[in-house]
Amino acid sequence: MRIGYYPGCSLQGSSKEFDESTRAVLKALDVELVEVPDWNCCGASSAHALNHDLSLALPARILAQAEAAGLTEVLAPCAACSSRLMTARQELSNHPEKRAEVEQAIGMPYAGTVKVVNVLEVLNRLQESIASQIKAPFARKAASYYGCLLVRPPRVVDFDRPEDPQSMDRLVTKVGGTAMEWPFKTECCGASFSLTRTDIVAKLSGRILEGAVKRGAEVIVVACPMCHSNLDLRRPEINAQLGKNIQIPVLFITQVIGMAMGLEPKALGLQRHLVNVVFEPAAV
Amino acid sequence: MSSGHRHVPSVNTLRGRVEAATGVSIAKCYQCGKCAAGCPVGDEMDMPPSRIFRLVQWEIPEMEERALRSEAIWLCLSCETCATRCPQELEIPKALDAIRAESLKRGMVNPKAKKILAFHRSFLASIEREGRLFEVGMVSDYKRRTGDLMKDVTVAPKLFLRGKLGLMPHRIKDRAGVKAIFKRVLGKG
Repeated sequence: MRIGYYPGCSLQGSSKEFDESTRAVLKALDVELVEVPDWNCCGASSAHALNHDLSLALPARILAQAEAAGLTEVLAPCAACSSRLMTARQELSNHPEKRAEVEQAIGMPYAGTVKVVNVLEVLNRLQESIASQIKAPFARKAASYYGCLLVRPPRVVDFDRPEDPQSMDRLVTKVGGTAMEWPFKTECCGASFSLTRTDIVAKLSGRILEGAVKRGAEVIVVACPMCHSNLDLRRPEINAQLGKNIQIPVLFITQVIGMAMGLEPKALGLQRHLVNVVFEPAAV
Repeated sequence: MSSGHRHVPSVNTLRGRVEAATGVSIAKCYQCGKCAAGCPVGDEMDMPPSRIFRLVQWEIPEMEERALRSEAIWLCLSCETCATRCPQELEIPKALDAIRAESLKRGMVNPKAKKILAFHRSFLASIEREGRLFEVGMVSDYKRRTGDLMKDVTVAPKLFLRGKLGLMPHRIKDRAGVKAIFKRVLGKG
């Protein structure tokens, strides 16, 4: 299998381990990743927050670059990137009259032929292949935390269920884990307020953490760099807000799968988390 | 009334301008409150999303201004919970984007949203310069804009020690192309 790859900015920086583990796992599954040439930032929250045309043009340049490289599908592991790319693609598909203006803005032709997929969808396709390569079952009770953009809005993402999704839980089960039922699967972590309203992140992410720990989770599994950052990097703020000392580790789904496949911890970037990857049965 | 009749939104109202820009028909909102109920930052907002829409529906300048000057439009983090649940399938975050853009254009940004606006500006400034986000550069710029100099000073070393704090920007080759995008797109209006 060969697929285009768009790491995005956070996978090159503060969520490097998501990039490392995704590449390691897909390589072990014989998937060839072709990085989109000279890719630019998708604009994340800030582009659409201030200027709609910018929020269309930045993703359009990325997709145009992918087209020029002969790619038909691009995996964007970052949930925000995949959301922005899918949204732009859909808008230009539904409104072909906007294409000329966008092509003029990016100085490149845009055909709209590249499909964007998120990491859960790609891993979902590979689940049998993953199952056949399990060396060390990940026998932990796991709270799969999807966050917002992996499954919403359904008209854009068109994958899994927007309320009570199951794809990550299925993958966790496939690699030997116990999927936990809990009501915070798709509750927002506070997203891009990490810097500007850390108090909101502490509150929202605190509810998610408590919701997992209270139900006996040993680990929280995520597939979004923003969610990971808010639950991991912002742990001191969350614990301060809750008046507790919750130490439950937060892993990317690709790290969980990689561990189960027997890949080296360093190859999966496990040492890069701020909350140490140590499993303790959660005290209820 | 013919079923083929299509009301063309008037650009003399905020409602009309939002619809022209986004295709979202705020007139369809019947105030069920589902968006307000599911909004993760609803209790932080000065008014819920349903109220913003109600103000816009009046098509009265004083009401429009209340919406444009709200803090709420800046607190929306596009989690898309509202859009997923809206029985009228309205793309609420997209409509709020348009209201926010007009708020910015008309100099009506709520003072409490200063830091959020500064963040977005710092983020975009970084992309315009490098083509990709330079996290360290963005944070420095944000601190310069907000005066919040001590923010996260203890976090940086932790990230650095774990190899996650790039001290040099990742610069794309076609920086000129990205700069041109900004110029062409932001240049008009």
